[in-house]
Amino acid sequence: MNDNKPYQQGRREFLIGAGALASASLLPSIALAQSAKLRLGLMLPYTGTYAQLGAAIENGLKLSLEQSGGKFGGREVEFFKVDDESEPSKATDNANRLITRDKVDVLVGSVHSGVAMGMLKVAKETGTLMLIPNAGADAATGALCTPNVFRTSFSNWQPVHPLGKVMFDKGHRKAVFITWKYAAGEESLASFKEGFTAAGGTVVKELFVPFPNVEFQALLTEIAAIKPDAVACFFAGGGAVKFVKDYAAAGLKDKIPLYGSGFLTEGVLAAQGEAADGLLTTLHYADSLDNSRNKAFRAAYGKVYKTEPDVYSVQGFDTGLLLAQALEKVKGDIGNQKAVIAAMEGAVIDSPRGQWKMSKAHNPIQDIYLRRVEKGDNKVIGVAWKALEDPARGCKLG
Amino acid sequence: MDFATFLIQLLNAVQYGLLLFLIAGGLTLIFGIMGIINLAHGSFYMVGAYLAWSLSMHFGSLWLAIPAGIVLSVILGLLLEWLLIRRLYRLGHLQQVLLTYGLILIVEELRSIVWGDEVHGVPMPELLSASIPLTDTLSYPVYRLWISAVCVVFSLLLYFLIQRTRLGMMIRAGATNREMVQSLGIDIDLLYRFVFALGVALAALAGMIAAPVSSVFPGMGNQVLIVCFVVVVIGGIGSVKGALVGALLIGLVDTFGKVVELKIGDFRLLPELAGMSVYLLMAVVLLWRPAGLFGKRS
Repeated sequence: MNDNKPYQQGRREFLIGAGALASASLLPSIALAQSAKLRLGLMLPYTGTYAQLGAAIENGLKLSLEQSGGKFGGREVEFFKVDDESEPSKATDNANRLITRDKVDVLVGSVHSGVAMGMLKVAKETGTLMLIPNAGADAATGALCTPNVFRTSFSNWQPVHPLGKVMFDKGHRKAVFITWKYAAGEESLASFKEGFTAAGGTVVKELFVPFPNVEFQALLTEIAAIKPDAVACFFAGGGAVKFVKDYAAAGLKDKIPLYGSGFLTEGVLAAQGEAADGLLTTLHYADSLDNSRNKAFRAAYGKVYKTEPDVYSVQGFDTGLLLAQALEKVKGDIGNQKAVIAAMEGAVIDSPRGQWKMSKAHNPIQDIYLRRVEKGDNKVIGVAWKALEDPARGCKLG
Repeated sequence: MDFATFLIQLLNAVQYGLLLFLIAGGLTLIFGIMGIINLAHGSFYMVGAYLAWSLSMHFGSLWLAIPAGIVLSVILGLLLEWLLIRRLYRLGHLQQVLLTYGLILIVEELRSIVWGDEVHGVPMPELLSASIPLTDTLSYPVYRLWISAVCVVFSLLLYFLIQRTRLGMMIRAGATNREMVQSLGIDIDLLYRFVFALGVALAALAGMIAAPVSSVFPGMGNQVLIVCFVVVVIGGIGSVKGALVGALLIGLVDTFGKVVELKIGDFRLLPELAGMSVYLLMAVVLLWRPAGLFGKRS
């Protein structure tokens, strides 16, 4: 027995040693996987008419990161940022650079629909997980929907569709629609037409301005000459400021009521000033939404950024909430894409805009609010459509 | 389109054209006299608009902001010429394009640091905020008439300065033969510095008077720059008269291109045509007169 002891000890030591060695060789790789930062590629506009929107989205996203303790699913986050300049022709290159050079785990972007479509193409080809925090291009969660792409904002169809019924109920029968000539504008027009015609109204003229041109005077004169019952429009960011001011300056404000998708007044009310008073818009968010989540969000956002949040901040924030929830579920293992996608599909987001969940096409199913501008605020005056789901025409998911 | 509508659209076209001229005039002046292709010209338009915003916030009125803004933009022009532009006179166009393109990026970045990335509105002076009613729905904003008036006044001042003053004579002579003017004992460098500052001030002035109706936002200069280059090319590079005619033509084509509906059978040419009407005009003019309407063949 005594003779055996050293041997046994030796064997035990050997086993422990071998085990230690084995786990030592394994450990660093496990530790590495868990400590490696989550690489987030942000493709947003930081210049141009949408600059403010890009900043608001980033602020919202970073606030949610801060609120989940600086980590998503236990992993710290490293940001890789690109200014996409709202320039669709640069979208593919920018997205490719983030994926191949910066090796991002998740691609987040963008505001401009054309840019987002370029990114979507790259995400589809490379299988990279992509989150759209604003761009509403219908096809992204419609005909071109794909398992690895999720939208946390809206489809262009969504906020404008209820507007037609709202306007008809206010007694307007003949309307003019005016917008920028690009995907988001044209899709908003198509959606409005669908809603307004279904309610019984007629769109008597469609007016277009090349994006991002902001010289509207000629078209406003045209509107005054046509004398429709009402005008509906799609503009956002810097262009929205100018359109609303020009509309008032042309003396149309008190003669022909102006409606719009809520982007018309989001984040730009201060710049629009009195010209925006009384505007009616439909959107999936409003500053004055009466829920505790929204109040907490607005207080926290104001404290950190010293400005009022808007729908873009909320969409950025929700993008963070979705990431936090999904990564929590897979314990930070972003590499397990199947599980991440399943987690995102099942996510219920407790958002400042009210609770929402993903549709089968990966687009939010959400309430659309009717809002009126009052003293520099977008006041909720009702729900224009409860739990509106995008028709997702052509999408084969789910 | 009835007569009243047509008349207002004409006013719209002329107002837009005159504003473009104020910007493009400086662009072509700097090229015609100094031989400098200045891609950063649109950035000065943006700087003007931002100056109008922060100065009118500071003074509480646009009336004080405009003269103060002109003074500041002249200083900016003199400084930039002394720092950068004067090094370009003896270099080729490629270097000029590179340097002034770099300047666009620098100005945009500085704008972001100094003024931030937000969109701002500039309050319109009380005196000019009314509209003149023409029919029951059609009216024309007084402020736009004022924009046109300011553009006309400054264009006339520019004309007298260049054509009727001793300084203008020296500038014109300097454009034709730099060495000769220099040997006559005239400080040509000072003259050039003055011309550059004048161009910067005109672009900034355009930005300032446009600010209340155009809002103030990042990247606004680059939109204007492209149209101004089209204006200069149509008018003939270096010709101030050409820039005026080119700007008015662009105003007309852009305005009526947006609202006049053209139909060939069932096919609507609008709105597809509206976006490119300006470039179509340029193509047509260049086919007819390759050097532009008032350009000299070299």
